[in-house]
Amino acid sequence: MKIVRYLFLNPLSLLGLTLLLGFVLVAILAPYLAVPEAYQISPYDTPRAGFWATPQPISSEAWFGTTQGQYDIFYAVVWGTRTAFKIGLGVVGLSVVIGVTVGAIAAYYGGIVDEVLMRIVDVFMAIPFLIAAMVLTTLLGKGIGQMIVALTVFGWMGYARLVRSEILLIKEMDYVNAARSYGAGDLRILALHILPNALFPVLVLATMMTGSMVLTASALSFLGVGTEAGYADWGQFIAYSRNWIVGQAGNPFQYWYTLFFPGAAIFLFVLAWNLVGDALRDILDPHHVS
Amino acid sequence: MLTYILRRLLLLPVVLFALSLMIFSLQMLLTPTQRLAAYVSGPEALKGGAEQVADLIEKYGLNDPFLVQYGRWIGGVLQGNLGWSETARQPVADALISLFPATLELVLLAFTLSFLLSIALGTLAGVNLNRLPDHVIRLVTILGWSFPTYVFGLVMLLIFYGALDWFPPSRLSQWAMTEVRSAEFVRYTGLNTIDALLNGNLPVFWDALRHLILPVVTLTFVSIASLTRIMRTSMLETLRQDYVRTARAKGLPRRVVERRHARRNAMLPVVTMAGMELAAMMGGVVITETIFDYHGLGQFAADAAAALDFPAVLGFGLYFAVVLVVMNLLVDVIYPVLDPRVRLR
Repeated sequence: MKIVRYLFLNPLSLLGLTLLLGFVLVAILAPYLAVPEAYQISPYDTPRAGFWATPQPISSEAWFGTTQGQYDIFYAVVWGTRTAFKIGLGVVGLSVVIGVTVGAIAAYYGGIVDEVLMRIVDVFMAIPFLIAAMVLTTLLGKGIGQMIVALTVFGWMGYARLVRSEILLIKEMDYVNAARSYGAGDLRILALHILPNALFPVLVLATMMTGSMVLTASALSFLGVGTEAGYADWGQFIAYSRNWIVGQAGNPFQYWYTLFFPGAAIFLFVLAWNLVGDALRDILDPHHVS
Repeated sequence: MLTYILRRLLLLPVVLFALSLMIFSLQMLLTPTQRLAAYVSGPEALKGGAEQVADLIEKYGLNDPFLVQYGRWIGGVLQGNLGWSETARQPVADALISLFPATLELVLLAFTLSFLLSIALGTLAGVNLNRLPDHVIRLVTILGWSFPTYVFGLVMLLIFYGALDWFPPSRLSQWAMTEVRSAEFVRYTGLNTIDALLNGNLPVFWDALRHLILPVVTLTFVSIASLTRIMRTSMLETLRQDYVRTARAKGLPRRVVERRHARRNAMLPVVTMAGMELAAMMGGVVITETIFDYHGLGQFAADAAAALDFPAVLGFGLYFAVVLVVMNLLVDVIYPVLDPRVRLR
């Protein structure tokens, strides 16, 4: 409860929580905010008002204007919120499960098991994350499922290392020996006695990583290996704005809306997670002076 | 010391072996036809159509067991054969080698800049704990950390190219490119700025620098946030140490103690993190080069990925992984020199 109070009293984390709540509401209310057209196969396919290349400015039809190919920016920003949550929570959720399992096994059994698992972690960390994810997404093909898999395959190692170091500390504690002395099995000790005490740092890391995973996913879309054309995804729409960054002579900011709205959406989304994660880390840090 | 370095060197082949196994496993996700591209040396080899493709798959044994294929592949890789890249229209290995200097130039500049700046900013924030400079720096770093590289890059391009026309994209202007490619211009290193200076050609040097500024600023902006935070925390810890108090007590001015005594030791965690930051920067290069049309490894990789040029993408991944492993080894070896407290096992 102290944690919750701190989160609400700290102005920065309160801002983060408010922003997050806003995004959650947008994601839930997406079908009402941006109503899909009857002909759409999936609500994530952004409707387009024609096939003309040049972006069109803000109008009563398109509240945020349209981008290259007449895709409606408002629609994509709204439904892109769901995409962002799916990717962020999906990748982090899966990574936590894999990382915690690997880290717990390595730390609890130690010895050769630990050595082998940690060297595997090292190898996975040897390739720069964005490049590894890009390579794997290229091989798997476009789509958010594929992106989630690619980001998870190269994103679980941090949790494994963290959980391992936490457990190495905890497993020497007296209460663990006590549990073993009255006959509790390995699995029971790990799952019921050790892991719950190692999870708060994992939660902090997971919160901080959610924003960064969304950033990386949108970078993949930006590079053209992420989602299918027209999919409601912020990174994709920023990629569309690339060709219109420089307006006509004498009016350099002519197409500002193509970059501004999707860019602001992703910035605020990532900022929200980082602010909350930062506050959580402050709580965790023993040197923290409140 | 020597045994430590030897131990690390002995571990290197093991890590590289595991890495190659991983890259190869990724490759095995593709169909034999897709993988064939890595084995043919040019488009003319596939003129015979579907039948010839089947023949070639048979010939190169792309339906063989995993380990057999791995052995054959690694043999080729060790001889520098990474296959043919459709995007670059040349062998992958040649493309990687010819584009490397461009990326090196960019990363070296950005890395040096972000290293120095983050130490300066982190120190400033640390010695002014909870005062204005500290608040401003903390806010800017968390904002910077949440800002997507490519949005920042595009905004830079919009302002400094679109509106002001100061810093154009690409790597060199047309006239400078002609000059660099001419016979009189000697390519010593492949790094445009250094080569221009060595040739005594100032106009080309300025042109190269003009093209470098925006990508360097973008890359620096991205990596500076985390390094600054680490420097700030470390500075705070160091200022609490006894020896800092002793130095103050014997009458040294605050500034001298902060700059000379505290900062030097506070830098150690930043040096440790710098290796990882360099890795992150390698990833950032892909985006930055794409935005600024800077013809280096990163843009090549992005183009190759978008065009599903698998040999190029895999070759790029392997190449960067090897560079990174070697670099991390260097950092590990250098570290005990900087911090004698680190015990070498």
